[in-house]
Amino acid sequence: MDLQQKNKLLYTRAGFGISLNDFDNPQPIDKAVRGLFPKATPGRLEMITEEDWAENNPKALKSVVDEMQRKEMAKEFRERTRDMNLLWMQAMVSSDFPLLEKTTLFWHGHFATHLDNPYFDQKLLNELRTNALGNFGDLLRAVSKSPAMLQFLNNQQNKKQHPNENFAREVMELFTLGRGHYTEDDIKEAARAFTGWAFDEYGDFIFREKQHDDGEKKFLGKTGNFNGDDVLNIILEQKQTAIFITQKIYQYFVSDEKVNEKHVKELAHNFYKNNYAIDTLLHDIFTADWFYNDAVIGAKIKSPVELLVGYQRLLPMQFNNDKTIINLQRILGQYLFNPPNVAGWPGGTNWIDSSSLVIRMRLPEALFMSKELNLSLKETDAEMMGMHHNPVAIDTQAAKPFRVGKVDLDWSNYIAHWKQYKKEELPHALADYLLAKSISDRQFSEVCGFADNDSIDEYIKSLTILFMELPEYQLA
Amino acid sequence: MVPQFLRGFEFSPKPLPGNRALVIIQLSGGNDGLNTIIPYRNDLYYKSRPQIGIKKESALALTDDVGINPSLKFIKQLYDDGKVSIINGVGYPHPNRSHFRSMDIWQSGSSSDELITSGWIGRYLDGSAKGKHMHNSMALEVDDTLSLAMKGEERKAIAVGDISQFYSAASNNYFKTLGSHAEEHDAQLAGYLYKTLCETTSAADYIYAQSKIYATTQTYPDTQIGKRLKTVGSLIISNAETQVYYVSHGSFDTHVNQKNRQDKLFEQLDDSLAALVADLKKNGRFDDVLIMTFSEFGRRVTQNASNGTDHGTASSMFFIGGGIKKAGIYNDIPSLDDLDEGDLKYTVDFKQVYATVLDKWLQTDARSVLGKKYSGLDFI
Repeated sequence: MDLQQKNKLLYTRAGFGISLNDFDNPQPIDKAVRGLFPKATPGRLEMITEEDWAENNPKALKSVVDEMQRKEMAKEFRERTRDMNLLWMQAMVSSDFPLLEKTTLFWHGHFATHLDNPYFDQKLLNELRTNALGNFGDLLRAVSKSPAMLQFLNNQQNKKQHPNENFAREVMELFTLGRGHYTEDDIKEAARAFTGWAFDEYGDFIFREKQHDDGEKKFLGKTGNFNGDDVLNIILEQKQTAIFITQKIYQYFVSDEKVNEKHVKELAHNFYKNNYAIDTLLHDIFTADWFYNDAVIGAKIKSPVELLVGYQRLLPMQFNNDKTIINLQRILGQYLFNPPNVAGWPGGTNWIDSSSLVIRMRLPEALFMSKELNLSLKETDAEMMGMHHNPVAIDTQAAKPFRVGKVDLDWSNYIAHWKQYKKEELPHALADYLLAKSISDRQFSEVCGFADNDSIDEYIKSLTILFMELPEYQLA
Repeated sequence: MVPQFLRGFEFSPKPLPGNRALVIIQLSGGNDGLNTIIPYRNDLYYKSRPQIGIKKESALALTDDVGINPSLKFIKQLYDDGKVSIINGVGYPHPNRSHFRSMDIWQSGSSSDELITSGWIGRYLDGSAKGKHMHNSMALEVDDTLSLAMKGEERKAIAVGDISQFYSAASNNYFKTLGSHAEEHDAQLAGYLYKTLCETTSAADYIYAQSKIYATTQTYPDTQIGKRLKTVGSLIISNAETQVYYVSHGSFDTHVNQKNRQDKLFEQLDDSLAALVADLKKNGRFDDVLIMTFSEFGRRVTQNASNGTDHGTASSMFFIGGGIKKAGIYNDIPSLDDLDEGDLKYTVDFKQVYATVLDKWLQTDARSVLGKKYSGLDFI
């Protein structure tokens, strides 16, 4: 693999694709990898202020006497999660440190919540971004104490006399150890330790001492008056936590299907030794010899968000309709802040079925040539809830037609770059840049057969779109 | 040599007797079972629903104890003809009252403490195609995107919202050209993508060709459910090899002013079913078709302050058509005075219903699809 291909692989996996500049000016890997990590803590993404929350939290809404008005306010507030969604997408598109956003996206699926509370969503997202490349222990603690997680996993209902095991169970099964590495008794005891973990009306973590069961507990072979923090520490002391997290990170950044046990074991060992430093783990992966191997190229299917951010990083775009990106996420099966369940998005070949593949292949024409997609979306919970206060003559259509709408594109820089090449060089040059894997000669001639030869500009545009419509474009 | 998976619909899978079909109608949003099958002799029903309770005189009588919602006139007719079996109290242990979670549980055919990423019909496809190729339009969802229910571990069904649109989208020249050399791509993921592309264009061709075989003379309502059932009817009558059809209708999430919405949705469903059944009967296919309805949960016994109901638990399932052995009300509605925090307690696990349909109608091994053995029922 030459240096340019290595850089392409790195920026594709550690971000959302390689820029034309980075592609033309490949760097030594050590240097490129160091440049992936931001020097400063990222700024917060804020769409919803404390004041907004003060006006729209359940307690405040109760004081709104008019029921219709209350429901309308609640509905409007819920929809602000879409604003959060777009804000984060924008951050992914414009970031100079896409590794931060890509890793946050990983944690967003790992610590999956599905609420109708944009303020809590926002808080959790900011915790994820702050700790995404930091320390897993810190991240775990921040997430476990976030109102989003406490609410989603019902820890508000976890009280001394009536423990609710949901939170303890998911923390161990999905967030740290994985199934089979704890017993049902461990869950019961952990649940007791987490009693009293709650949040107040401001969305801040509080510890309700009266609800806390401070008796002796037996957890993962240890005995003591454990509280929630103690339980998290004991979980982190288990090497299995390092193995479980490392395996997931490996699958996310390296390979959907083939997991090299030896590499994972080595990485996990170091991850544990380095006290769960996420940046070091990622550094290890991206500087490993085995990473820059033909077997790794094309070993991942791009997630919907990766695909959509990738398009936008390639060509600056303005969507006339805010909802376009949201609807594209939904139709492709990755609606941010709306994972299918607490296990997040399964990923890999799960992204692809007959309809999603064809939609992905039609997207370039829809986005770049304003071709209509003519599709309908299934309804979401939010919409179902939002239809409440529409009592008369309801349009009971379950599926909503979906329009991509007008997209303003700026091809100028892109075309100027490729005009530097001779026409006969363009197919191979564009394929090298756009596709993870090379295609056969026969495929080249097929693609070129469909290209628009009217002008060099149209040739570049049409080739770009044709390459993006190949199934190979779905691979990273 | 052309690999197996390329031969599309040229290869015939294990056929079902009479080329029978299963039509699954998902009532999305949580349909209120108690205002569907109405316990009009039960005082508690009226006490709990002073405004939205359906009066005995309004309901269409089925038995001495229960009636059916007056907007389901056609189903009532079929019931009188002995072609309907109604199973009550269908739910599952530790019910979840979140739309997306409970719908996942029903679609994946799993328990509330499991997180399964495949669906029961998808796994049916996996199992019945073992070792052989079967084209993915064996199970067809009439929608633009594919539900979890239709995604197997290995195979995924086809989603088609509109046959002509699907055909023109999937069959464009460029895609067809790309798919024609799919066998060159054997490497892992590229292979999977090309295989999917090939199956999609093949399915699009097949379904489009099938849809041209039979031009129905039956008038179907011009509603979304009407159009979807028209597609289903046409394909069944054309003798398509599709074994399972999946269609959604809704939303039944009636937190406010339940009557308006539920009535309207039921009317649409009822009219569309009337058209479908008439079409099937005209063409001698009614006995080869089993139609089933389900919802991700029922609703609470007591109405709320907005003349609606909130998310609940167990509810009823309808079975219509061929092979009904025990027509009528299969079992009682769960007791209204032995509730689980205001909700009905389930008496039939939905996986038992699935097992019955899988074993008896689809003639497959329910155990391998559902992961465990569930004792079946004998309504078919």
